[in-house]
Amino acid sequence: MADVAVHRSITTEFMKGIVRDNPVFVQVLGMCPVLAVTTSVANGIGMGLATTFVLVFSTLIASTVKGVVPNQVRIPVYAVVIATFVTIADLVLKAFFPPLSASLGPYVPLIVVNCIIMGRVEAFATRNRPGISLVDALGMGAGFTLSLMVLGAVREVLGSGALLGVPLFGEGFSPMLVMILPPGAFLTLGILMAVFNAVKAKNDPVLIRT
Amino acid sequence: MIYLVTLISAIVVNNFVLTYFVGICPFIGVSKKIDSALSMGLAVTFVMTITAVVTWIINHYVLIAFGLPFLEYVSYIVVIASLVQFVEMFIKKTSPALYRTLGIFLPLITTNCAILFVALIQAMRELGFLESMVQGFGAGVGFTLAIVIMAGIREQLEVADIPKAFRGAAITLITAGILALAFMGFTGLTSA
Repeated sequence: MADVAVHRSITTEFMKGIVRDNPVFVQVLGMCPVLAVTTSVANGIGMGLATTFVLVFSTLIASTVKGVVPNQVRIPVYAVVIATFVTIADLVLKAFFPPLSASLGPYVPLIVVNCIIMGRVEAFATRNRPGISLVDALGMGAGFTLSLMVLGAVREVLGSGALLGVPLFGEGFSPMLVMILPPGAFLTLGILMAVFNAVKAKNDPVLIRT
Repeated sequence: MIYLVTLISAIVVNNFVLTYFVGICPFIGVSKKIDSALSMGLAVTFVMTITAVVTWIINHYVLIAFGLPFLEYVSYIVVIASLVQFVEMFIKKTSPALYRTLGIFLPLITTNCAILFVALIQAMRELGFLESMVQGFGAGVGFTLAIVIMAGIREQLEVADIPKAFRGAAITLITAGILALAFMGFTGLTSA
């Protein structure tokens, strides 16, 4: 695995996080922030960037210290590293972006247990060198942020008739309230995922996983 | 009475999976068969109840007592990770069959958002000791209920003719959406 990864180019390594191994649509990881905070585009971007920050620094540290951490205690060790960066992100959000921090609520601390982060640390960072792990983390972070933006956009437009807080339709539009309620999150993501599968199958029939 | 309200609220009204979206990974990953869904639910309920108790003690007698609230996330995750490690060793020793069924998802209970959410929400809502324990247990039961219902539906879906693009996670999410709609019917049953 390590050898293969080294030979792959940096661009492929980055791009795989966005399409082929997209953390949300393909790997179906980190669902709780994906569903919970995507009531608007702004929330989606905020959550995506916070997660990317934690992901990048955690994988960097994990791939640097992988040689000295005993195998049995690796998960607690990485969890502490991740929790530290989440605390930093949480304090920064609270200090500089109080409204965003308030609307993300308990989902900022929940980045600690986002499967994408532990997943990348376990599956990639502990088997590869820091440089390529950084690229992998950036790609996954970008893929995650983009997915949150798309989902947030669909739900905000249908659920509140606005995009980034700017109303799109006239007075006559009655928003589909269900889209910003919990069921709307599941339905939107399910349908988007099917669309993603269909598009992928059309362009690249070999890669689709059933 | 207040404990009963907390319990019902945690099980159905504010079901963790269907209203707060926590614990979605195992909810989607381990809901193919009713048996494994049930064991996952029980493992989560067990870890959740203990977590609620232990993190309450840590929050009140260490973090608040010594003015260290910024260590909240780090200390919670350490407690949860050690608990899960313990449960994993216990199951491996006592029931290898169960251990094989839960497979990769057992260590992943550590990264099950629902467990950390229990710890966070009891600190946020400033619950009492017993209330916090009841909420942890109720949340676990609610998770079990949701994942078992889901597994029941998915066993039926196996034989259904689903369009190709919807197969896998997509149809599962849509099913979860309809389930969440049904659970919204419980809104207003309790005020909490």
